[in-house]
Amino acid sequence: MKTRLTIISLAGGIALGCFAGLAHADPVDDTLEIDGQPMITRAPAPEGHPFDEVLSGWLFREAETRAVEADSFQNPGMLEVERAAEIWSTPEGTAGKSCETCHGDVSESMKGVGAHYPKWDKDANRPINIELQIDKCRTEQMGAEPYKFDAKDQKAMTALIKNQSLGEPMSVDLSQGDMQSWWDRGKDTYYTRTGQLNLSCSNCHEDSMGNMIRADHLSQGQVNGFPTYRLKQSALVSLHNRFRGCIRDTRAEFPKAFSDELMALEVYVTWRGTGLSVETPAVRQ
Amino acid sequence: MSTPKPRVKLPKSAAKDEIITIKTLISHDMESGQRKDKDGNAIPRKILNTFTCEFNGQAVFSCNMEPAISANPYFEFNARVPESGTFKFSWVDDDGTVITHEQDIEVK
Repeated sequence: MKTRLTIISLAGGIALGCFAGLAHADPVDDTLEIDGQPMITRAPAPEGHPFDEVLSGWLFREAETRAVEADSFQNPGMLEVERAAEIWSTPEGTAGKSCETCHGDVSESMKGVGAHYPKWDKDANRPINIELQIDKCRTEQMGAEPYKFDAKDQKAMTALIKNQSLGEPMSVDLSQGDMQSWWDRGKDTYYTRTGQLNLSCSNCHEDSMGNMIRADHLSQGQVNGFPTYRLKQSALVSLHNRFRGCIRDTRAEFPKAFSDELMALEVYVTWRGTGLSVETPAVRQ
Repeated sequence: MSTPKPRVKLPKSAAKDEIITIKTLISHDMESGQRKDKDGNAIPRKILNTFTCEFNGQAVFSCNMEPAISANPYFEFNARVPESGTFKFSWVDDDGTVITHEQDIEVK
């Protein structure tokens, strides 16, 4: 019972911590190498960015957590990546095709691909992310059902594809289609206060970046490590799940995954991390 | 859940009597028995309860695991290698399944 009370008071503390007694703690001065391959965890911010330097969330985590990510063997997210490599070559759907049938070896065909999503999709007339690109292949090429949001295989496959871009600096091409207006919309969302706690993304991840909310060290809220292995859930956590979690924590109603609102936010937030290495599957608290 | 998949990392070769580091990781939910499903029914406990490592039939390391251990248990330990041979790792599931993995090492 005592444990349960502590959990409840911690949840309350997230709200209180925003207003009372903020403690500052700088991101660590450390460099990340995953199996000896150097990662860019600090990059000069793109023009028009509120920060001078964009910082990976890895710099804000505890030494033990950082060490798990630095060794791909220890990283439990890699178990899912390995499992997805099997899904990659398993035929599914009425066309009798697997991903491999068209794309061949994942490490060659998907190299660098995941670092540049969301991308403009002419057919849908909106940006799509890796999850929706996978679904598009499944429905149009394989004759398979699209994945349900946050299905275990969806997260694993997304992680597999992004992992092929490990170390590659992230960027989004805003000149494609109508991307710029989606970026604008995402920016609006980022700075709009929501929920009973009346918080916007920027309140924590920009204004209070580096501060502690109770035991949690606020990062810039970068997306370069998603899907991320979160120790709290002992599982891969997708970006849209994390978006929804943050919005829920402001005690607001949260939009559907892959909705226009969250897709615009993904476009904008990905831009905010321009230049950071893809770390998927990153390990976080 | 899918079949647990073990991963083991140890050097392919070593000098005689060298102390090597062995790392093991296995995918498993480690369902503690304390959680409830959406309908409020308790989810039965299902964990890996024992881990052992043998070298040429001789015990090197073993331990019992308890429900508080998180999903995907990771072990790292050291062993002295007196001769070429085979490391055998086994994990025992609550349902009686034994997951094993073997890896050879050569003493040069």
